Amino acid sequence: MTCDEARILLHALLDNELDAGHAREVEAHIASCPDCAAEFAAQREMQRVLADTNLRYTAPASLRARIEASLPQAPRQQPSRRSVLRGFAMGSAVSALAASGVVAVVLRQDDQQRILSEVVSAHLRSLQAGHLTDVVSTDQHTVKPWFNGKLDVAPPVIDLTAQGFTLVGGRLDYIDARAIGAVVYKRRQHVVNLFVSQTSNTEYRTPKTETMQGFNCRRWGNRGLNFWAVSDIGADELAEFVDKFEAAMKANVEG
Amino acid sequence: MPVNDDLQKAQRFREAALPYLDDVYTLARYLLRDASDAEDAVQECYLRALKHFDSYRGPAMKPWLFAILRNVCNAEYARRAHRPSAIEDTPGAAEQTPIWQESEASPETEVLRSRDAGAIRKLIDALAEPFRETFVLREINNLSYREIAEAVGAPVGTVMSRLARARAMLRAAWTAEEEQAK
Repeated sequence: MTCDEARILLHALLDNELDAGHAREVEAHIASCPDCAAEFAAQREMQRVLADTNLRYTAPASLRARIEASLPQAPRQQPSRRSVLRGFAMGSAVSALAASGVVAVVLRQDDQQRILSEVVSAHLRSLQAGHLTDVVSTDQHTVKPWFNGKLDVAPPVIDLTAQGFTLVGGRLDYIDARAIGAVVYKRRQHVVNLFVSQTSNTEYRTPKTETMQGFNCRRWGNRGLNFWAVSDIGADELAEFVDKFEAAMKANVEG
Repeated sequence: MPVNDDLQKAQRFREAALPYLDDVYTLARYLLRDASDAEDAVQECYLRALKHFDSYRGPAMKPWLFAILRNVCNAEYARRAHRPSAIEDTPGAAEQTPIWQESEASPETEVLRSRDAGAIRKLIDALAEPFRETFVLREINNLSYREIAEAVGAPVGTVMSRLARARAMLRAAWTAEEEQAK
C-alpha cells in the first residue's frame, strides 16, 4: 500500500468503514510508516475534539411551528367538551338547561376562535411558493366549474377586477377537518383568500373583523354559506372587499 | 375519503420526517452559512418532501431528506450567483490543496487545543464545497459513507477522497490558526 492510498483509507479506518481485510492492510502500513502513523494519530485526535464539541444547530421553534402549520391538520380532539356536558346532565333539569345555554355560547366562541386560527393558518400556507392556487385563471367561468364535483357546495366565484380586486384563481383547502373552497384575489401585491363553507344557518350575519397574527379576517354569513376573507391589507380595504363582493352577489341573484 | 387519506399521510409524514428537523436544519446552516436562508431552505425541503412522500420507498429517511435539502440549497446558490455579492466557492483551487501538508512541528507532539464550538464552526464554514458538505454529513450528521453517497449522488470512493481532503484542510487551517495565536 502506498502512502497516498493510506492517507485516504486511514479515514475509513477511523470511521469503522473498512472490512477486516482492508483494515489489516491499512494498519500494517501505519505500523511501518511513521509519517502515516503521525497523520493517523493527528486525525484521530481531531476527531476526538470534534466529537467532544457540540457542532449541531437546533431548529428555531418558529420554524417547527411553520412546518407544522403547513401540514394538513388532523381535527383536534376535545374530550373535555363531552365530559363537561355529562357533568351538567347529572345536575337538575333546570340548572342543566340554564348551564347548557352558557356552555353552548362558550363552546361556540371557542370553536370560532379555533376556526379563525385555522383560517389564518390556511392563508399563511397559501402564501408559500406554489400553494396559492390549484386552478389559475382570472376568468370566473373557468374557476367556478373547476370546483364542481370537488365540494358539496361550490363557492360563488365573482370577478371583482373592475372593483379593484383581481381574481387570480381557486384552491381546495381544509378548515375544521373539512375540504372547503378558497377563492383567491389580489389587491396590488396583496393576496386576499376568500374561504367559503356551507352552513345550515341561512340567516344573514353581519361582517365582523378580527385580527390574528397580523392578518385581518372578516367573517360573515349569507344564503347558507359562511365566508372568511383573510388578508394582510388594512381592515378598511378588507371591509371594502366584502362590501363589493356582497353587492356583486346581490346583483347576480337579482339579475 | 380523500380528506382522510391526506390527514393520514400527513400524520405518517409527521412521524417519519419531523424527528430529523434539527439534523436537516444543521446541514442547511453549514451549506448556506446563513440562519434565515437556512430556515427558508428547511421549510421548502419539508414541503417538497411531503409532496414526494408517496414515492418515498426508503431505506433511510435522513439521507432522503438531505438529498432534497441539497437540491433546495443548490437552487439557492444558483440564485445567489446572480447577485454581485455572491459568496464564491472555488473548488478548483481546493482540489489543488495537497492531501497532507508537512508540518514543521513534530506531529506526535502536536495536540490540538480544544476550541469553543463557535471557533470550530467558523473553521468548518471556511471549507470549500463539496468538502464542507461531505465533512458535515459524516462528522456532524453521522451518516455512513454509503448514506453520504446516496444523499449527494456520488460514488463511495469519491466520498472517501473528499472526506480525506476535507479533514486535511480543516486540520491545516486549525493548526495554522494556533500557530498565529502563539
